[in-house]
Amino acid sequence: MEDQTLLPHLFRTEYRNIVSVLCYLFGIQHIEIAEDLVSDTFLSATELWSLQGVPDNPRAWLYAVAKNKTKNYLKRNSLFENRLSKEITYSADKSEEMEIDLSEKNIADSQLAMIFTICNPCNAPEAQIALALNLLCGFGGQEIADAFLTNKEVIYKRINRAKEKLKEANIKIEQPTVAEINDRLETVLKTLYLLFSEGYYSTSQDTPLRKDLCSEAMRLTILLIENKATNKPAANALLALMCFHASRFEARTNEKGEAILYEDQDQTLWNKELIETGKAYLNRASTGDELTKYHLEAGIAYWHTQKEDTAEKWENILSLYNSLLILEYSPIAALNRTFALSKAHGKKVAILEAEKLKLTDNPFYFSLLGNLYSELDNEKAIQHFETALRLTNSAGDKLTLTKNIQRLKEAKAVNNKPA
Amino acid sequence: MNEFLILIHRDLKSKDASPSPEQMKEAIKPFQDWVGGIAAQNKLVGPPKRWDLDGRVVKKNDVVTNGPYSEIKESVGGLLLVRAESYDEAVEIAKGCPIIQWGATVEVRMAIQAV
Repeated sequence: MEDQTLLPHLFRTEYRNIVSVLCYLFGIQHIEIAEDLVSDTFLSATELWSLQGVPDNPRAWLYAVAKNKTKNYLKRNSLFENRLSKEITYSADKSEEMEIDLSEKNIADSQLAMIFTICNPCNAPEAQIALALNLLCGFGGQEIADAFLTNKEVIYKRINRAKEKLKEANIKIEQPTVAEINDRLETVLKTLYLLFSEGYYSTSQDTPLRKDLCSEAMRLTILLIENKATNKPAANALLALMCFHASRFEARTNEKGEAILYEDQDQTLWNKELIETGKAYLNRASTGDELTKYHLEAGIAYWHTQKEDTAEKWENILSLYNSLLILEYSPIAALNRTFALSKAHGKKVAILEAEKLKLTDNPFYFSLLGNLYSELDNEKAIQHFETALRLTNSAGDKLTLTKNIQRLKEAKAVNNKPA
Repeated sequence: MNEFLILIHRDLKSKDASPSPEQMKEAIKPFQDWVGGIAAQNKLVGPPKRWDLDGRVVKKNDVVTNGPYSEIKESVGGLLLVRAESYDEAVEIAKGCPIIQWGATVEVRMAIQAV
């Protein structure tokens, strides 16, 4: 790897590892000390490596320097006496020997403990996501701001407030017990699901950044699955869902970052390996008697990996949407269910059901109606697309809607031409 | 919004009471689509349960008999709770019940709001 790309790469992968281990060691009250020590380690690397060249084993170098800096800090500072000495019997030699364990196992354990700490419901979901990106994924303030389409200051404020809340609530950074896993895994999975969605559906045009968000969400979900205690069917279902969605990543945008609709995607760009991986996880999720929304959404996503429109495909998707809505209502699921209904039972049946939804402030409601009325009543279809156009803020959606209106108007002009 | 009970009564005694697997399959899909449609309007109160045909009937003096209550012709075959503004709206929802065409009767009752 080139020297210029090595350090940013190591920062991305190792910053979070060392921070997790130190946070796990120090506790939530001293989270900033952990961050400072690791930032300081990377600063030393930047300075020394540019003068002396990159060491043979850069990762080991970082770990050794982080350990030394931590030990020195503990020796110098009252932190050890005041806070940590209560847990670790204090003696001058002890602080020298104190093990800062950067083994693979302890890194994984620390990250798992950190996931459960960060995904604590005392913070709002968006604060949890920002904190997760910062501490668990090693994202900087600017990157997080870009992903959320906001500025750095907003993100820093959000992260600091989230940290303060964790401290106020005195949330422990520790291995979750079996009871806690049962109680809290749902919140953790929800945050990882939102993190993935943030990358997958973000309106940000920065495609590499969006991919990073998705792959980070997948990495953290894999971490849950690799731990016996958190390897639950719901986690496997969530990962399956992520794999199926991610398989279309290359096909869903063009080189300008504009969205390509499912119907128009080049199927050869779908990642078959990810689809197969997703199937394997979906099989592993099919144990136990718990049917979560991740199971249902993974099932829906699975059927979408079959491009060909068959009766079986759409009947299955419709059934899965029925179950999803019975489990938990959401407007977007209601709209998607109605689209599946039109594919399974025809547009006329779907129009009757669509008009009962009455989601009159939702642009997708009108674009669905526009699609359903297309070819049946183009005049009405145009009206619905125009309403959708008024309601939407998304530039990509505006483009698609304008194209649809154009297409229907041209069809009308052709039909009206005298023979 | 009011809550309504949609009570599906069917004849559990006659030969139609035990449909063949094919008939079941044919009936279940429209039923799921009907419930899914109610859920899509956000008018479903809680997930509906499926009820067995075993049943017990309890009467005065601790008399317990086996089987669902069937002294009237039609027993409870299923029930769901929905949200609707009025009886008219609740009845519109109930009309969609696909089991009506198999002879079921659907009773609609409005919950009295707690004072």
